[in-house]
Amino acid sequence: MANVLVVTSGKGGVGKTTSTAALGAALAQAGERVVVIDFDVGLRNLDLVMGAERRVVFDLINVVQGVAKLQQALIRDKRLENLWLLPASQTRDKDALTDEGIGRIIAELRTKFDWILCDSPAGIERGAMLAMRYADEAVIVTNPEVSSVRDSDRIIGMLDSKTVKAERGERVTKHILITRYDPARAARGEMLSIDDILEILATPLLGIIPESQDVLRASNVGSPVTLNNAASAPARAYTDAVRRLMGETVDMIVPTERRGLMNRLLGRRAA
Amino acid sequence: MNMNLLRLFNSRKATAPVARERLQILLAHERGLRGQPDLLATLREEILAVVSKHIQLDPDKVTVRLDRGPAVSKLEVDIEVPNNFEHEVRGNRRVGAV
Repeated sequence: MANVLVVTSGKGGVGKTTSTAALGAALAQAGERVVVIDFDVGLRNLDLVMGAERRVVFDLINVVQGVAKLQQALIRDKRLENLWLLPASQTRDKDALTDEGIGRIIAELRTKFDWILCDSPAGIERGAMLAMRYADEAVIVTNPEVSSVRDSDRIIGMLDSKTVKAERGERVTKHILITRYDPARAARGEMLSIDDILEILATPLLGIIPESQDVLRASNVGSPVTLNNAASAPARAYTDAVRRLMGETVDMIVPTERRGLMNRLLGRRAA
Repeated sequence: MNMNLLRLFNSRKATAPVARERLQILLAHERGLRGQPDLLATLREEILAVVSKHIQLDPDKVTVRLDRGPAVSKLEVDIEVPNNFEHEVRGNRRVGAV
């Protein structure tokens, strides 16, 4: 049975798109049939992070408006044959997204895929509301920082009230994904700890993605971090998160950079 | 350099506990207000309606503020009235200071 999963946060710049690409790729690497949908109309970026920016012909709004068929707008990943992308429109107004149209597309995708990942735009406007509207599960991407935690709390409230599941009296399964985490700074009391965040948001943890240069390196070359450098700390953290999404029990550790001898001798710290 | 030695030279205190406490107070309030009409806007509107029965007011001169504290909060209602308001009383009724 298909799972509709929204990757959301409220706040911008916390790593929704990076996480959507990484989780989508890791699910596909595990053999699942996956489609990732960019809901950020006017500011699309999932295509760029996934390295498909030059292959976009039709987009989500073309499909909503009936200009293109779903099959024409779906872009197959070049590295993983069971990973697909439905890009957002770069030019059209976001008001062109309709509840009815998105509902129709999600229903059709449910018959073809195991996982439908919806990459939400920042904010709480139409695009963000529609990205979560049909979700069965939600990954709330949170940085260990006050404004991000506050916005996550707001989004949790919306997941519990504005989704189709909530309106039916059911619950969207919610997970917190902490990104840009720096264990050393948290240990020094300079950064909210994992326990602080989980206590405040009262939502279970899906994974902890450490702050790492590998995330930027991967987006530079248009490759999800789990594909670009599978041995890197963030890739291992995303892969663990995906195993938890698929029902496995995996110990919660913060993967660390494997430092080379020279780096150790020089005492260089990971940025 | 040793972390403890660093801390000795660097007398900054851990700020994460402050962040946690501020968030806990703020979110307790925000969760309470969720799904309800904007309390301050409603208060402002109704206070304005009551006072306007007796004094002619400029609606822009009514401000309602809420200062949230951990145990109690302070609600401030600030109404600016013209100096000659006693002469403008409707229906020939005198009104004392508000």
